Amino acid sequence: MSENEKLAEKTVSREDVNAYFDNRADSIYDFRDEGTDEFSVNEGLTEDIVRQISEEKHDPEWMLEFRLKSLKLYNELEMPQWGSPIDGLNMDNIVTYVRPKTKMKGSWDEVPEEIKQTFDRLGIPKAEHEFLAGVGAQYDSELVYHNLQDDVAKKGVVYSDMESALNGPYADMVKEYFMTLVPPTNHKFAALHGAVWSGGSFVYVPKGVKVDVPLQSYFRLNAKGAGQFEHTLIIVDEGADLHFIEGCSAPKWNVANLHAGCVELFVKKNARLRYSTIENWAKNMYNLNTKRAIVEEGGRMEWVSGSFGSHVSYLYPTTILKGNDSDCEYTGITFSGLGQNLDTGCRMVHIGENTSSLVTAKSLVKDGGIGTFRSSVEVKTSAKGAKASVDCDSLMLDDISRSDTIPAMDIRTADCDVGHEAKIGRISDEAVFYLMSRGISESEARAMIVSGFANPISKELPLEYAAEMNNLIKLEMEGSTS
Amino acid sequence: MSQKLLEVKDLSVDIESGRILHDVSLTINPGETHVLMGPNGTGKSTLGNALMGNPVYTVAGGKIFFDGEDITDWSADKRANAGMFMSFQNPLEVPGLSLESFIRNSIRQKTGKPIKIIQFKKQLEETMKLLDMDPSYAGRDLNVGFSGGEKKKAEILQMLMLAPKLAILDETDSGLDVDAVRTVSKGINEYMQRTEGALLIVTHNANILEALKVDHTHVMVHGRIVKEGGPEIIKQIGDKGFEQFA
Repeated sequence: MSENEKLAEKTVSREDVNAYFDNRADSIYDFRDEGTDEFSVNEGLTEDIVRQISEEKHDPEWMLEFRLKSLKLYNELEMPQWGSPIDGLNMDNIVTYVRPKTKMKGSWDEVPEEIKQTFDRLGIPKAEHEFLAGVGAQYDSELVYHNLQDDVAKKGVVYSDMESALNGPYADMVKEYFMTLVPPTNHKFAALHGAVWSGGSFVYVPKGVKVDVPLQSYFRLNAKGAGQFEHTLIIVDEGADLHFIEGCSAPKWNVANLHAGCVELFVKKNARLRYSTIENWAKNMYNLNTKRAIVEEGGRMEWVSGSFGSHVSYLYPTTILKGNDSDCEYTGITFSGLGQNLDTGCRMVHIGENTSSLVTAKSLVKDGGIGTFRSSVEVKTSAKGAKASVDCDSLMLDDISRSDTIPAMDIRTADCDVGHEAKIGRISDEAVFYLMSRGISESEARAMIVSGFANPISKELPLEYAAEMNNLIKLEMEGSTS
Repeated sequence: MSQKLLEVKDLSVDIESGRILHDVSLTINPGETHVLMGPNGTGKSTLGNALMGNPVYTVAGGKIFFDGEDITDWSADKRANAGMFMSFQNPLEVPGLSLESFIRNSIRQKTGKPIKIIQFKKQLEETMKLLDMDPSYAGRDLNVGFSGGEKKKAEILQMLMLAPKLAILDETDSGLDVDAVRTVSKGINEYMQRTEGALLIVTHNANILEALKVDHTHVMVHGRIVKEGGPEIIKQIGDKGFEQFA
């Protein structure tokens, strides 16, 4: 038994966790649809299943080969041993492909009613109408809706599902970039992704094009015991600018679900990409996701990340600052509650000269939840004049939860400026009394202090998403077992 | 004045390490200005905090009545919404919560109604001007990086915006320069004129009192009220200190 497990055993019993799951809906995201699937493969992972998925998806020949090679790698690679325990995940029970009973549509009116209702409840069509330039909506293994505003499309911006991209005019570009940044050899779940991936989005922003309003892909996993393996490939060409938002949620099941998506981001010379995520997977989810960006000269990568859901997460967005004067900013928050073990962090690799990276991470733990933040800053010999700063701030909401910060640094040049700061604190009773003395109730006062703590992250999000994040924090605060 | 606003009856208060207040009694009527004076560490702030409902202080005996109700067991938020207010000696810093949104939330709690934003903003702006506060402070994180003087002004700002029936000012003048004391006094006068609110001013020196009309003075030494009277006592203390009462 690992240290983490021992601690979890000691502080919160399995019965507590079960009772909690039985008695309370996880969140407003916890609702299930029945009979929305049309086809699914059998549980488990075999060559037959991989071939079946490939055929279903009309893969080009090279992709079938890619999948089979990845499967071979998957079978050879070891399970990761260093992070949160994932013993509860048995691949023999995971259904890797579930096709919803609809083809992808360009109009919400054509999406089957029960699936459309789900996205209505998640607010996607409304958000699209009000402040997005394009939307992709994935339901289980396939996109059910994809649309890009005409004026953005006219600028040459491509935003489509991965399958269309593989067989369309950008097929060569997809082949050139697909899983080159996160190769299947990277780790066991990257190999799994290479074998069974389905869905996701392809975005290409041509040279010099600035997309003023964000694009959003939303991933909804409805099927029990299923896995979601969407692939997001974004190429922002020289001097171009894009904000991409990723949202994810799922209803809660009493068996393990798996998310092993992959995000590959290519930021070319002087381009800028902001990638924002609000993740609220159900608390039976194993979220083993891999995200990487590579930034060319003068380019800028911005990550904004809110992780609230899942049972276990492994999530460490990596940025490779390859070009001179490229930079990256990571701003993230993780909220680990009862029965949650969220292992998150980020990795910055400085290769180019005068590259800079800035990490601001916040962690909240409550009700026996475990939050671990790992940061890795690597400054190569070539990265003269590099600047890197990591600032990690944790707030413990009770005495039975756990928050760890694990920084790593590998510095290969003396000509750089690297800093690290970590703080762990609690909500001060005096501050609660102060707010209460102005008429604010105790629970509201605590929620306000926690929202304030999260504010450096929420202020980086578009207003509507910041409101959603505050709402999630409030729900988590109300869900207290104490 | 027919009805008593605050009535403290034989109040004894403990903290973990022992008893701080012994059988304290005092009565404040609507609109009156009371001063509680005494040397440092004598229990003045304890009384303010116990009246406001700070859970660190335990009522070991006696009762507190406010507006005719026994509030001895009420939580701080309930007391505040009934019309009590305390200006803190050391206002706390809350990162990520702006001064403006804090005040807006407090008013909403009190009235139970949504705020009329334009009206609220106008009132906030005017009140900040009265207190010589830079308008940018409204958007800043509550008390974070505020100087001592700005923190105290922010407290008075909250008092004026919330318009309580009784405001307890706990050492509001401590650590302020002459100009800041003058501004804070201006704010207190405004509160008295605007709302006809009552005041309990807790202090160990008389500077802040010069510009105010005081009705009653209470002197506390070693956790007991040892002397009561009118404004003339303030002068006696100024001349001879607290030793005469010990």
